[in-house]
Amino acid sequence: MTPTVALAALGRPVLAGLAAVGRVALFAGAILGHILRPPFYLRELGHSLLQIGWFSLPVVGLTAIFTGGALALQIYAGGSRFNAEAVVPSIVAIGMTRELGPVLGGLMVAARVASSIAAEIGTMKVTEQIDALVTLSTNPLKYLALPRVLAATLAMPVLVGVGDAIGIMGGWLVGITRLDFNSATYLKNTLDFLETWDVGSGLVKGAVFGFIVALMGCYHGMNSARGAQGVGRATKSAVVSASVLILAANYILTELFFTS
Amino acid sequence: MISLSNVTKTFGSNQVLLGVDLTIASGTSMVIIGGSGSGKSVLLKCILGLERPNAGSITLDGQDVTKGDRDAFLARFGMLFQGGALFDSLRVWENVAFRLMRGAAALPKPLAREVAIEKLRRVGLKPDTADLFPAELSGGMQKRVGLARAIAAKPEIIFFDEPTTGLDPIMAGVINDLIREIVVEMGATAITITHDMSSVRAIADNVAMLHGGVIRWTGPVSEMDATPDPYVQQFIHGRAEGPIESVR
Repeated sequence: MTPTVALAALGRPVLAGLAAVGRVALFAGAILGHILRPPFYLRELGHSLLQIGWFSLPVVGLTAIFTGGALALQIYAGGSRFNAEAVVPSIVAIGMTRELGPVLGGLMVAARVASSIAAEIGTMKVTEQIDALVTLSTNPLKYLALPRVLAATLAMPVLVGVGDAIGIMGGWLVGITRLDFNSATYLKNTLDFLETWDVGSGLVKGAVFGFIVALMGCYHGMNSARGAQGVGRATKSAVVSASVLILAANYILTELFFTS
Repeated sequence: MISLSNVTKTFGSNQVLLGVDLTIASGTSMVIIGGSGSGKSVLLKCILGLERPNAGSITLDGQDVTKGDRDAFLARFGMLFQGGALFDSLRVWENVAFRLMRGAAALPKPLAREVAIEKLRRVGLKPDTADLFPAELSGGMQKRVGLARAIAAKPEIIFFDEPTTGLDPIMAGVINDLIREIVVEMGATAITITHDMSSVRAIADNVAMLHGGVIRWTGPVSEMDATPDPYVQQFIHGRAEGPIESVR
């Protein structure tokens, strides 16, 4: 293989990746450009808030309670190696609010919501419903994408907050039933060591993850290829790209928030 | 008047339209015939701006369709899509009244519902279908709802994309009669895409045949049977033998 061929083989995917980033950025800009311009589709926003926020509560809550419980067990087991079992309440609280609440909540919502948005919009595209919207003088980005992106960005911090509380409660339940913690002491330790920014940073992460989830769902749905296979591929791409972007964004936000 | 001049459209290496020239006079019904994949739907989408032609010009009453107020332009059109393209999440009456409830002249919800029910009645559907969802309707009923939506805002120009495809002959006849009645009654300009020759005879004032990316023949429907064009003759008689290649 000549150096030129090797460079070309390396350059092609890099260029394709950069082009994809550019397309997503333009798509996001096109959606956000509609925020302040009427008409405002409040009914669609309310519907999306219900679908994305309210109906995601069970999955986020279940994820959080089991994660909080498992976290308590792991920290207790690890802490016991150097007589630090007492840190369980504070580490569970910090771990849930800063990292596990937003990240696992974001991943669960990505699986549930990005797939659903991509499949719905993708099906609308292949059945010409998007074209029908245009012929009825309705901008599909404004009518379909903006309400979903706004709803996910607004609902995710609430979901993360609820998930944090349930996760901490999971740790407390395991702490008092399996690890012989005193209930009042566990709660006091949790509250004493938890800072406002621990919770706040998780909520900000939640908003960013919500934006990513809905953006990926809408982007892949709008660019879905024809047929059932096209919609299936769009759905898969939406979930995979949203999940990877959530993990990447989480690292960047953690660097920004906690290393300065 | 809608006028297309030397319109070309390609998708990658697939050349669909290779220089289409066509004029549709106001208040007339033009039916475009042609084989599957010949670019008929693409042609309609180019006129509506859903697809951007690679070259050529399309004008509506002398105005370039790509320039000017897009909402005002689209407000002049109604379209019946091949599969109906009804919005699954909305009830039948909300689909029909979709345009009526939007824009500067939006009607209040109760009035929009009344108009929608009247349009549903116009296409032969009972008022109790208004509160159903599209998934609860048969294919023929969905076509009728699509037709009601296309005419709800009394557009000047209506496009019908294969209005009778997938319907039984009786339902196809009902839809053909409805289209003809509506076009005559509203005085609208209509462009219909179809493979169905009984539809052509029922709906058309003029016929154009699209083949090989160009308009092979166009003329009044009364002259269609007598034209010596071998492509038109093969198509209208459904012959396997002829200049149009068929894949077997």
